[in-house]
Formats: sequence, C-alpha cells, structure tokens
Amino acid sequence: MAGVKPAVVVDLAGVVCPLPVLAASGGLAPGGGATLVDLRRLGGVVTRGLTLGPRRGGPTPRMAETPAGLLSWTGLQNPGVERFLLEDLPRLEQAGVPVVVSIAGSSVEEFLRLVGLLQHRPAIVALEVYLGAPDEERGRGRPFAARLDRAVEVVGAVARMSRLPVFAKLPYLEPDLVETARACVRAGAHGLTMIDGVPGLAVDADRLRPELASPIGLLSGPAIKPIALAAVHRVAQELPDVPIMGVGGVATGRDAVEFLLAGAWAVQVGTAMLVDPAAPVEIARGILAYLKEKQLESPAALRGRLRPPRGAP
Amino acid sequence: MKRIRAEILSVRRLGVYHTLTIVAPEVAERARPGQFLSVAMPPDRVFLLRRHFSIHQASRRGGWAGTLEFAVESQGSGTEWLAEARPHQFLDVIGPLGTAFAYPARLTNCLLVCEGRGGAPISFLAQELRARGKRVDMLIGGETQDHVFKPIEAKRIAQTIRVATADGSMGDRGSVADLLPEMVEATGAQVIYAAGPREMLRRVAGFCVERRIPSQVVVEERMACGMGQCFTCVVPVARKDGSGYDHLRACVEGPVFNPARILWDRWMGEVAEPAPTPPEGFPVVRSWPG
Ligand SMILES: Cc1cc2nc3c(=O)[nH]c(=O)nc-3n(C[C@H](O)[C@H](O)[C@H](O)COP(=O)(O)OP(=O)(O)OC[C@H]3O[C@@H](n4cnc5c(N)ncnc54)[C@H](O)[C@@H]3O)c2cc1C
Ligand SMILES: Cc1cc2nc3c(=O)[nH]c(=O)nc-3n(C[C@H](O)[C@H](O)[C@H](O)COP(=O)(O)O)c2cc1C
Ligand code: FES
Repeated sequence: MAGVKPAVVVDLAGVVCPLPVLAASGGLAPGGGATLVDLRRLGGVVTRGLTLGPRRGGPTPRMAETPAGLLSWTGLQNPGVERFLLEDLPRLEQAGVPVVVSIAGSSVEEFLRLVGLLQHRPAIVALEVYLGAPDEERGRGRPFAARLDRAVEVVGAVARMSRLPVFAKLPYLEPDLVETARACVRAGAHGLTMIDGVPGLAVDADRLRPELASPIGLLSGPAIKPIALAAVHRVAQELPDVPIMGVGGVATGRDAVEFLLAGAWAVQVGTAMLVDPAAPVEIARGILAYLKEKQLESPAALRGRLRPPRGAP
Repeated sequence: MKRIRAEILSVRRLGVYHTLTIVAPEVAERARPGQFLSVAMPPDRVFLLRRHFSIHQASRRGGWAGTLEFAVESQGSGTEWLAEARPHQFLDVIGPLGTAFAYPARLTNCLLVCEGRGGAPISFLAQELRARGKRVDMLIGGETQDHVFKPIEAKRIAQTIRVATADGSMGDRGSVADLLPEMVEATGAQVIYAAGPREMLRRVAGFCVERRIPSQVVVEERMACGMGQCFTCVVPVARKDGSGYDHLRACVEGPVFNPARILWDRWMGEVAEPAPTPPEGFPVVRSWPG
C-alpha cells in the first residue's frame, strides 16, 4: 500500500502547535512530574489558571475519585502572575514548548492587568480566558460563563487589549452553549477551549459528609468525555471556521481521534497527565497510527468527518 | 523521580497489612525514609488515579539489592486491588517522591512514634538512624494488635519500645501520645519523629512545642497525582517569618514537615473560615441536548 506519511503539526488559524495534543490547564506544573516527560514532545502547555496576586485556595479535602472520574476543586491555588513570570515561564521557555497562559481574573480589570503583564514574552503563543473563574465583581462568585453578558464583556475586553490570540474556555452550558460560543467569537475570541470540568458532588454516606470541603467540585476524566464530545460537536457544526481545542477525558489516541472527528482542531489533556505526565506523547502517537491506518495526511483531515447517523446496529 | 515497570517479588500478610517487595533498582538507590512511591491502577478499571505508599524498605546492598518494600492497608478499591497482587505481576511505579526525614547532626537520642501504617516509614527511619550511630527508642501502636506494624522488628532495632493499642489488645490501652512524657523521661529523647493518624500527630506536635523538642512528622493528605501537578494535597503551614501561612503540597514540599509549623486546627477543618467560592451555579439543564 502506498505509505502516506501524515504530518502532525496543527495550525489553529495562526496558532501553530507542533503536535495536536497539549497539556490542559491544571494538568502540568513545572518541576515534579513534568520531569518525567520531554516537554518538546507536547503540542503545547496550557498553564494553570493565573491570578494577579498569589492565591492560597481553599481547605482540604480537595479531591475524591468517582467512577472513571476525578472530582476536585483547589480554589484556583496559583503563585500569581509575577512568580509565574519569574520562575515557571523560564522553565517552559527553556524547554522550547509553546505556552498558552490561562488567565483567571475575578474582575474585568484583573483580567486586563494580567494581559498587560503577559503579552511580551515570545514563548507565549496564546491566552486562554478561564470563564469558569468566579466573577467577584458582578456575579457574586458565580462563574463568568454563567452570564452571557459577563462572558462577552470579559472576552471582548481581553481580545481588544491582547496582541496574542485569545481562546475562551467554556464549560458545558445548557441551553446556551452555542449562543455563548458564538458571542465569545463575535467579541473577539480567536478560538474556543471546551470543556471545563462538570460540577459534581461526592458524598461520604458513612460520615454523612460531602467528600470535598468546597463541597462541590469539578468532575474531570473519562467520565465526562461524552459531555465534552457533545459540546465540541454542537459548536463545531455551527462555527466550523473557529479553532476548537477539545478537552475532557482524553486518555488515549482513540479518544483524541473521537474529538477530532467531532470537530476539534486539537485536544488538551488534563486528568490523564496526573496519572502519567507523558500521556500526551502516547496520545499523539495514537493519532498518528490512526491517520496512517486511514491513509490521511494530517489531523485536520479528520476534523468534523463524523458521518450522519444510520439506523443499523 | 523515576517511572519504572517493577516486578513484584513477594507479597506477605502481616496483621491487617500486606507488604509488597518489588524490584526497583533506580528507585531503591535514591529512596530515603519519609519518601513515598505511587502505584498506577490497572488501565481497564473505573478507578484511575495512582495510589501512594510510604517506602518501608530500600535495599541497596546484599542479596536484596535493588528491591523496595511498601505496606498496604486495605481502605478502598485501589488498596484492595494491591492487596490481591501476586508475585511476578508488574506494577507501574513512580518514586521516590516527596521529602525525606532529616537526620540530626549532633543530637543522639531519637524517639520514633508511630500508629498504624505510620510504622512503615518509621521503621525504615529507625534503621537509617541506627546505621548513623544514633540511639533509637520507639513508641508504636494502632487500633488493635493486628494494626501494630512489625513490633518484633521494632524490638530488634530499638533500644527500648513501648506499645499502646486503642482496645488494649497489645501493650497499654490508649494512644501512643499518652506515653510521650514517660518515654521522653526514660530515654532522654532529644529529637522526635512521628507518623500516623492526624489526631496523634497533632498531640505529638503540641508536646514537642511545649517541651521545645525538635521534631518531624510524615503527613497524609488526599493526593490525586503525588508529583506536584494538581495542588489537591495541600497542608496549611505557617511561614518562617510569621507573616501568615501557605498551602504547601504534601507531595512535593512534604510529606515530611516540622509539626510545629502546621496549623492543625485549620488543617483538621476546625476553623470556620469563609469558604472559597465553589464552582457551582452553571445554568440548570433546561432543554434536552440536541
Ligand atoms: C505520603 C503518603 C504515604 C502513605 N503511605 C501509606 C502506606 O505506607 N500504606 C498504606 O496502606 N497507605 C498509605 N497511604 C494512604 C494511601 O495512599 C491511601 O490509603 C490510598 O490511596 C487509598 O486508596 P483506596 O483506593 O484504597 O481508597 P479510596 O478511598 O477508594 O481512594 C480514593 C482516592 O482518594 C485518594 N486517597 C484516599 N485516601 C488517601 C490518603 N489517606 N492519602 C492519599 N490519598 C488518599 C486515593 O489516592 C484515591 O485517588 C499514604 C498516603 C500518603 C499521602
Ligand atoms: C486538578 C485540576 C486543576 C484544574 N485547573 C484548571 C485551571 O486552573 N484552569 C482551567 O481552565 N481548567 C482547569 N482544570 C480543568 C481542565 O483544564 C480540563 O478542562 C478538565 O479537567 C477536563 O479535562 P480532563 O478530563 O482531561 O481533565 C483543572 C483540572 C484539574 C483536574
Ligand atoms: S497530589 Fe497533586 S500536587 Fe500533590
């Protein structure tokens, strides 16, 4: 058979990633487990959600395992943007991996001040606006994504100021997902990242207590994959020209292919990296094997290739 | 930190514990008492995260060179699966993880205190201290005699030992913490090390602060990754300059901490603090996905 040699570079309408698999926000922190993976073999690294000052986050317990899922909420613990620029970014720069910085302000002003501090570093290829961040300014702590006007306001303000392409990170929203996605793009978002974890509660019936101190956490891992796929599929059908990074339960090359077929341009990996920091490398390998098998030349050739459903089993 | 495929050499039952010996030369070479390792779960299971265990023994020399031992107490899905593991099976192991106990430079009399599975790291420490010419005395305990970790080995290593169990089935009835004053008196302890349940560690901390005895403890907090990526495993630790506290990761900045700096009330959920905003409040599902 004539061997097609697939290329793995993906071009997210200008944001070029050497591989279609990135570390999701919260999946990787410099040092620690990151030393177990050659960062040059990742498509990119999305940082944890950064705030202006350091955040200590909430009390423990912060995690519980649920069937095929991780329920967690740290309260956005992060070192703050200054320490990130001083300590973490240089390590990522040295590794030569494209960096997407996730920003998680609690007000529009905080988002803008973050943008101001981040746009002049060459390793940073894009910003990701974390719309799951609690809106302390107008939303009484509910996420920006929960109100269409607030989501648009923050994405618009960031996009107007930023010289870097901006991705809006969305949770699964019913019934307004497509509407919110479209509004974010109209407001200036270059692309979309979907989805954030799904709100969940784990209960310890012996002790009559919730498992997490928060007590509601965000569910991630294979348990949410179908939900994330649905989100990607619905939005990709309506907005086929908008780059989408699919995230939620990707653990194997096969999972990633499913996201590409549903309409994602690239995938991000969170929870699976907590088990194996090198998971994205394996996942990228799996995508390549699939492309070879199907005689396709690039991940883009898979995008949205899902056929209409048919009756037969 | 290394990731390896490690073969299980043996699985032994000891009271409520199963001790697993694995072949892991790259990890054994570097492992020090207090550090831990993580074991991946089988890929086809509904539980995905690694499970974490203190290193109980690392042999660098002799017939067992390159092997590691850890002890499993069945608690739930993951530990039950490991307790049923068999020799020649392979495990996906990462280690050594976290910080290790520091050895005293000049002080010589060390009191080692443990309850339950806390005995695993403590007995490793006891051997290393003995190898450095320190005097080691031990206070060991647990809920019942089956929970007391390797008392015979402790007897062999330590100058003196005292045992306490909650139900009185071995040694004194009560907690090892009850025996601290007597034991310090009797042994002239200058340094205290401890591992075990939080309630006991908190009492050790209080005692050491009051008597101004330097000490170190191994803590447990729920861990999703065990290698510094997820920030789920944090412990509130006072800053050295007294300007407040930080949430430090038990898997990177710990699990060995100076107990005098842990904010125990806060860590054990006894401080009512304004809870951070939970990630709730997304619009309710009003329409069927379509
Ligand atoms: C530094 C350290 C050293 C440890 N040493 C030992 C040891 O030597 N022997 C031993 O038997 N156990 C030890 N533990 C505890 C052990 O990790 C847990 O008992 C185990 O993870 C529970 O898994 P499970 O599947 O049985 O329980 P589940 O309740 O099903 O676990 C659910 C999830 O919560 C996490 N989790 C639950 N309890 C704990 C806990 N106490 N610590 C960390 N994560 C937890 C698990 O990793 C898992 O992801 C240690 C924990 C830490 C942090
Ligand atoms: C421990 C942890 C921390 C996370 N922190 C962030 C964050 O700071 N910002 C963000 O946008 N998403 C964060 N996420 C969400 C992930 O980026 C991702 O959207 C979600 O976990 C689903 O993907 P997964 O199933 O591959 O983990 C976090 C997830 C986890 C598990
Ligand atoms: S367990 Fe993930 S940071 Fe400690």
